[in-house]
Amino acid sequence: MYFLYIITGLALIASFIADKKKTFKAIKMGYKKFVNILPPFLIMLILVSVILFLVPDRVISNYLGVSHKFYGFLFAIFFGSITLMPGFIAYPLCGILLQKGVPYMTLSAFSTTLMMVGILTFPIEREYFGTKVTIIRNLISLGIAIAVALVTGIFFNELF
Amino acid sequence: MKKNKAIKIIGISSYIIFLILSYIFNFNPGKKIGNNFFIFSIDMLKILPPAFILIGLFEIWVKRETVEKHFGEASGIKGYILAILLASTTVGGLYVAFPVAYSLNSKGAKLSVIFTYIGASAICRIPMTIFEASFLGIKFTSIRLIVSISLVIITSIFLSNYLTKKGYNITEGK
Repeated sequence: MYFLYIITGLALIASFIADKKKTFKAIKMGYKKFVNILPPFLIMLILVSVILFLVPDRVISNYLGVSHKFYGFLFAIFFGSITLMPGFIAYPLCGILLQKGVPYMTLSAFSTTLMMVGILTFPIEREYFGTKVTIIRNLISLGIAIAVALVTGIFFNELF
Repeated sequence: MKKNKAIKIIGISSYIIFLILSYIFNFNPGKKIGNNFFIFSIDMLKILPPAFILIGLFEIWVKRETVEKHFGEASGIKGYILAILLASTTVGGLYVAFPVAYSLNSKGAKLSVIFTYIGASAICRIPMTIFEASFLGIKFTSIRLIVSISLVIITSIFLSNYLTKKGYNITEGK
């Protein structure tokens, strides 16, 4: 995070030294783009706040830890797709689940869908790329996540 | 579209009223939702302003020819490698990757490279990957990276071919 501030600060200083006018133009441009995307962001934040209330960590870990491997896998895909979590929450959760005996394959399905499939980021993605592309891209991501999880299952001998 | 906008405004206002009432009447579920909202908003407000300043600087300073050369039609395999490297240093997540990808495309980066960038920024941001490996092990993380990155590149190429055939253009995508 600090890295981002340092880079932005340095870039701004360099830009300012090179050309004051252009720098202000750039800031104005960034600001305008930021304001334009705020409404879909607000919608995403509202969705996130409600979903995280409806499916807290406790619920996720209950469903992922079900004794039937296949159901756990399906739940992992489902919850990974509909929620959005920063890594510093998701991975410790995965770590705990692993100790509880949840297979790597399930954790892989969960973490990969979490990262790649964005039902909650849908309002933002649509704003940039249109509805159709957003749907296709998310479906492809879902397929990739399943493939990744299956390969993980093979390498950890969990598939059969 | 007007009707859509009205629904959104009504939805957002009722959400805000719901939160305010929850705090006044000590309604726990509402307060929890409110807390979630603030935690995530603050998290994103830390990242978005600098990210958008960088996007602005990029739009003003970086020449179209430069982007075309490194990420455009003639960039070949180098374009994908650069896109993945750029993605690994992207902060935040998909919500930052979308505007960056959009700007890159408007400066002449080709579609398949753009989709690779978006996919890769979801799966191989460096701090996140290190974090993952420390909780789930290097074997887990390497399998995930190798399989997902190759699939992201392959599907990006297919998707962009398909969209190009259909005459898709991002700037008209809305």
